[in-house]
Amino acid sequence: MSQKMVWAKKDLLGLEYLSREEIEFILYTASSFKEVTTRQIKKVPALRGKTVVNLFYEPSTRTRMSFELAAKRLSADVINMAVEASSVRKGETLIDTGRNIEALKIDIIVMRHDHSGAPNILARNVRSSVVNAGDGWHEHPTQALLDMFTLKEKLGTIEGLKVSIIGDIAHSRVARSNIWGLTKLGAKVTVCAPPMLIPEGIEKMGVRTTSDIAEALDGADAINVLRMQFERDSAVAFPSRMEYFKQYGITAERLAKCKKDIVVMHPGPINRGIEMSSEVADGGNSVILEQVTNGIAVRMAVLYLVAHAKEAAK
Amino acid sequence: MTLKEKARILDKSSMDKTLERIAHEIIEHFKSIDDIAIIGIKTRGAYLAERLAVKLEHLAGKRPLVGALDITLYRDDLTQASEQPVVHATEIGFAIDGKRVVLVDDVLFTGRTIRCALDALIDFGRPAQIQLAVLVDRGHRELPIRADYVGKNVPTSLKETVEVRIEESDGKDEVVVCDKEAQGMITR
Repeated sequence: MSQKMVWAKKDLLGLEYLSREEIEFILYTASSFKEVTTRQIKKVPALRGKTVVNLFYEPSTRTRMSFELAAKRLSADVINMAVEASSVRKGETLIDTGRNIEALKIDIIVMRHDHSGAPNILARNVRSSVVNAGDGWHEHPTQALLDMFTLKEKLGTIEGLKVSIIGDIAHSRVARSNIWGLTKLGAKVTVCAPPMLIPEGIEKMGVRTTSDIAEALDGADAINVLRMQFERDSAVAFPSRMEYFKQYGITAERLAKCKKDIVVMHPGPINRGIEMSSEVADGGNSVILEQVTNGIAVRMAVLYLVAHAKEAAK
Repeated sequence: MTLKEKARILDKSSMDKTLERIAHEIIEHFKSIDDIAIIGIKTRGAYLAERLAVKLEHLAGKRPLVGALDITLYRDDLTQASEQPVVHATEIGFAIDGKRVVLVDDVLFTGRTIRCALDALIDFGRPAQIQLAVLVDRGHRELPIRADYVGKNVPTSLKETVEVRIEESDGKDEVVVCDKEAQGMITR
């Protein structure tokens, strides 16, 4: 395993920009941090004296909480900036906000934004590290990393695995980051969705596409079931929740025809009875809550690596 | 950094005898193996801890608790180190509360590694006692730390390094003193 590697990137913007070795190095580092999260005292001094800001332009509970916990377990100081109540509402630009944060001597900016590419713009304009916590329909790298970490923990390796990503592929940054990461690590990826929710040209990313759920499940080692955003984008292309569940919902009957030890993942929050039945979500194949636990270890690894990469580059 | 080997201070057989003696001293000090935990500092200290455990089992008829500690996250030079240290997992599969811990490392030098290890260990609980065993003490302490069990005292100059090589990680057992060449004066 790539233990000799030196991490040189000050930012984590997406898995598109990382090599296979860099992804494997994050996963290796995360496995060391997982041990820390199982201790009685779940805190190490690695980021003592560093400050992390959670800059969220889009509402989020679980990702923000996970990043906040990860930073606190590394002994960093954390502040949360709720954009609704900030100067952004008074017309401040992204770059100005970034420069102000930098003037406050903040080391790492964890950012979620509704526009694809916003973290890239910020990262180019500040010396602080920028970690993408989800941007538009573009990438959500830490989610994909924790999905891969969980897969590796369950199945030993990513190489050669058949992984199907099911749901609203078109509007999903989780899907895009997973596709980048999984294909780089040698998995065979299938994406499955109603035709209107498969973006044109996605095959170029090295995935197989289908709109037939049986085809997506057949022989799969793992499935990653995405959230249908009926309150937002998904509904335009596929209006009926009932119809979606009937055609694409993961049920016990459908699971019974799959590999016996198929791993069922979901990035949350789940719409029970739309993407999957409660029986599946709470069943023996589901690793949904383990994903949440692993998310902290993966985010600790990312914060640790970008913080110290920056030091080395100075 | 290029190293020029100057003197070999331990070979396979003398390293084994040295560990054997330390094992005897541990038994002599603690009288029994109960509640003793041998915890090695990664990477080479962990291999030495395992070897000591085998010897203690042989002497006392019972295997002590064994663990491995990674101290990377506790280093006081994290923000200064030019090369970023890789974080490895700590493996301590038992509660250390009330245990008598013997911390094991290959070389005792400035004492900073041991300071980190003490911090790391105390985050796991409250041991009854912590002792320190090292294969080589080369002097030049920067902190008030000393070892309870020393394999070999080796007076060195700061222009030298002590290389401990262990079968499990380096392919052979030996300890050599090397001269650092002029360029790139980073120590081990």
